[in-house]
Amino acid sequence: MKIPFVYNVRSVTQRPVSTGLTALGIALVVAVFVAMLALANGFIAALVTTGSPDNVLLLRRGADSELSSGIPREAISIISASPHIATGSDGRPLVSPETYMVLNLRRPGADEFTVANVVARGISDKAWDVRRNIKIIEGRRFASGQSEICVGSKLLGRFANVAVGDVLRFGNRNWNVVCRFTADGSAFESEIWGENEQFQNVFRGDAFQAVAFRLKDPAGFEEAKTAFLADPRIQVDAHRESEFYANQSAVLGNILRFLAIFITGIMSIGAVFGAVNTMYAAVSSRTPEIAVLLTLGFHPRSVLASFLAESAVIAVLGGVIGCLLALPINGVVTSTTNFASFSEVAFAFRVTPNLLLLGVGFALVMGIVGGFFPARRASRLPVIQALR
Amino acid sequence: MKFLPLVLANLRRHRLRTILTTASVALALFLFATLRSVTTTLDGGAQVSSASRMIVENSTAFVIPLPMSYAARLSSVPHVESVTWANWFGGKYGDGKKFFAQFAIAPESYLAMYPELQVPEDQKQAFLKERSAALIGEGLVRTFGWKVGDNVTLQGTIFPGDWTFTIRGIYHPTVKEYGDESFMFHYDYLYEKYPDRVTPGWFIMKIDDPNAAPAVAKTIDDEFRNSTAPTKTGTEKAFAAGWASMWGNVRLLMSTIGMAVVFAILLVTGNAMMMNQRERTSEVAVMKTVGFSDRRVFGLVIIEAAVISLTGAVLGLGAAVLMPIVTGFGGGFLPNFHVTPGTLLVGGVVALLLTVASGIFPAWQAAKLPVVQALRRVE
Amino acid sequence: MALVEIRDVSKSFKREAQTVDVYTDLNIDFEEGSYTALMGPSGSGKSTLLNLVAGLDRPTSGTVRVAGAEVSAMTPSQLADWRARTIGFVFQSYNLLPVLTAHQNVELPLLLTRLSKKERAERTALALDVVGLGDRVDHFPRQLSGGQEQRVAIARAIVADPTLILLDEPTGQLDSKSSEEVLILLRRLNDEFRKTIMMVTHDARAADNAKTVLHLEKGVLLERAGVEVGR
Repeated sequence: MKIPFVYNVRSVTQRPVSTGLTALGIALVVAVFVAMLALANGFIAALVTTGSPDNVLLLRRGADSELSSGIPREAISIISASPHIATGSDGRPLVSPETYMVLNLRRPGADEFTVANVVARGISDKAWDVRRNIKIIEGRRFASGQSEICVGSKLLGRFANVAVGDVLRFGNRNWNVVCRFTADGSAFESEIWGENEQFQNVFRGDAFQAVAFRLKDPAGFEEAKTAFLADPRIQVDAHRESEFYANQSAVLGNILRFLAIFITGIMSIGAVFGAVNTMYAAVSSRTPEIAVLLTLGFHPRSVLASFLAESAVIAVLGGVIGCLLALPINGVVTSTTNFASFSEVAFAFRVTPNLLLLGVGFALVMGIVGGFFPARRASRLPVIQALR
Repeated sequence: MKFLPLVLANLRRHRLRTILTTASVALALFLFATLRSVTTTLDGGAQVSSASRMIVENSTAFVIPLPMSYAARLSSVPHVESVTWANWFGGKYGDGKKFFAQFAIAPESYLAMYPELQVPEDQKQAFLKERSAALIGEGLVRTFGWKVGDNVTLQGTIFPGDWTFTIRGIYHPTVKEYGDESFMFHYDYLYEKYPDRVTPGWFIMKIDDPNAAPAVAKTIDDEFRNSTAPTKTGTEKAFAAGWASMWGNVRLLMSTIGMAVVFAILLVTGNAMMMNQRERTSEVAVMKTVGFSDRRVFGLVIIEAAVISLTGAVLGLGAAVLMPIVTGFGGGFLPNFHVTPGTLLVGGVVALLLTVASGIFPAWQAAKLPVVQALRRVE
Repeated sequence: MALVEIRDVSKSFKREAQTVDVYTDLNIDFEEGSYTALMGPSGSGKSTLLNLVAGLDRPTSGTVRVAGAEVSAMTPSQLADWRARTIGFVFQSYNLLPVLTAHQNVELPLLLTRLSKKERAERTALALDVVGLGDRVDHFPRQLSGGQEQRVAIARAIVADPTLILLDEPTGQLDSKSSEEVLILLRRLNDEFRKTIMMVTHDARAADNAKTVLHLEKGVLLERAGVEVGR
């Protein structure tokens, strides 16, 4: 670009208020953009990490969520005998039959009708190995035959009586909280885990809802799936665990993403209008200078590029400020009800470097769109009229 | 008001700037009103619920059903006039992409319990008579083009298998918040296929005196507290409010974004107003020499800001009001999505605040402008 | 061949609904090394003449040739490049970009050439020296007096060693002392450096400084014989 950039930089500082307001407007749009996408991405990420590509989740044929599934007790031993299941270090198959229920837990400080649907998962001790990334950070595994539970780490602080050592009451029974676990930020961290038999006593009779197992051969999913489909003794569908949970995030995730784009799209139109105003005013007040540049022999396209660059720089500045404004939200934990599973999922806002880059890119686009017509007017300045 | 032509002429001087700024205000208020309407719609459901109807759920988990024997025992509770029940079916239609609620109901008592669901008498009788009949909301007619007499097959997820129904009736809700996209069929149709599993999902009761609700709730919950199916009883209103809370921090999210939107537009409008003033110092000086007082000059700038903000507000709020009517936005998840008078009022206040905030500094500058200094700038 | 040849040039333009004829079949030559003042009442077309020579405007009919090149037939793109190489232009006011220093303003035309940074710096320093402002290189226009601003503008006009220097009312905004500085400089550029100068002015003293004075009245040329100012 032939016209020295220092010209644009200094001109911008000559009108600090106008520049500042425009940049700030763009900053707000980018901040909302980054924050909302961080929300959507955080939710999706929590669900995507829940499943492992090496695991298979079996549900009753036709069920689209763990909640609506039902696998009879007799089917468990048939499933456990499958050759597709990997073996643990103790020689036993890595298979986890589970009970799944959604409890009404009251939110602290609200009335009894303000409830959250919290997942209560009945497990056997194999679950700790089959389900990936489960790490007990406080306490110990619950003992068999006891009214004991473990809670996911995200429940602490959001519900009452969920700390290790507390007693939580549901299903007309008192349960001792004996451990707290993390699961790599996944949806498991919003769940209450207890022994299958104990939970079945309270809610479900004696059917299970899901069976999760580790594939013996990670590449052998299709084979395993076909085998289970063909088995006449049981009526199950096999899902790759990672895909299943990712799909559970699809509807709400897409809604959140759409909202982010819709809202910031409209906001950005307003911000672009602001940039257009500012740049037109700049071109207007600098008409004599533009005339000089054109007279000196700078091409109109150099003038166009110069003003476009000026607008772009203001916008990118705004974009960076916007990213900085949104950054603190990273890691903030919030929750929502995932309608696909009808359960509450707590997750953290997730601001990634890619998202920040996207935000700045968005700002750049706003700057270029906003600056284009004013820059074009500058480049088309009828010099002699300007000199009159 | 005789100064309005003067103000308008000033705004016309930079027509594009005025148009763009007004459009920005319109966009912002459109967004603001739409966001706020999400919250009001969610709350609205709770507000229209009846205080004479009560719901009984399993207190452990909503998804655990209650024994059928409870029906008789509920009827015998003082103040309870009638009892009915329903189950969530949760099936899939076609590829399942378009969600709609499906319920198995005790047909006669349920329709009596909800007079808000209006069905033509002949259709109602046809529905009651046939076990595999279905009653659908008029919204489903719009969405899927179904009509009376059509056969519809749903895939069960909680209750596996293919379930075929014949549509015998279409209902129209007199209370819009109840939604018009529900699919209802006979409880017995569900029961006969899974007699071992199916019992009522929840009970609905009509009470003769709304004030008796707390007493009724206590009686019922106390009675079943230590059984295998403990209950949670409350008015329909209370439950509706609780359901709205499942949306989590939506309210907080919407208000935060709403504020960001308004603030961003304030910046745009303020910028435009300041640009206007910067270019007019000599004219302001001339006006003062002609005899306009400082205060009058101040007022003119404020009026200018007001014209932009209020025009933008009318356009933006108007668009927000029309949007759901024209596009049917909201549909399944947010029945009766509309802009309330309260939102319009708040929008108006926002526009006024915008006027003041964007206009006050340039107005003050214009009022304070020393004439002599400004005239020197006049070439 | 004269440096600037204006042949049968007619120029008219529309104002509102009327057509205004500025010239009809104008013929003038400007020799290389000449220093001409163009005078005349407002509306006589003297500024338009400068604009035609610089390629900023096109005649309605006729041709304008500068150093053999037909300016009136060039495309806007060609004109931009041509102007950069051939013309140095000084306006009455608003010559300098207020956000650039004197040095940076003078350097501007050189950015359109292929000179290296070092060469550009040398030439810029030289030009500023010639106009007597070697010590003000890093000042901003607002820190300079009117006369100094005009001299910086002249430095910019000569820095790329153009064929022709065009000035439109260079002393119009200046007091007598500053005018004097500018005029002495112009005279020197013409005498010592043999620069061809065309200057539009209504200042009698500026006209006296020039070697030839042309009067334009209603698009018609009335020449007054060139008077060599002694000294």
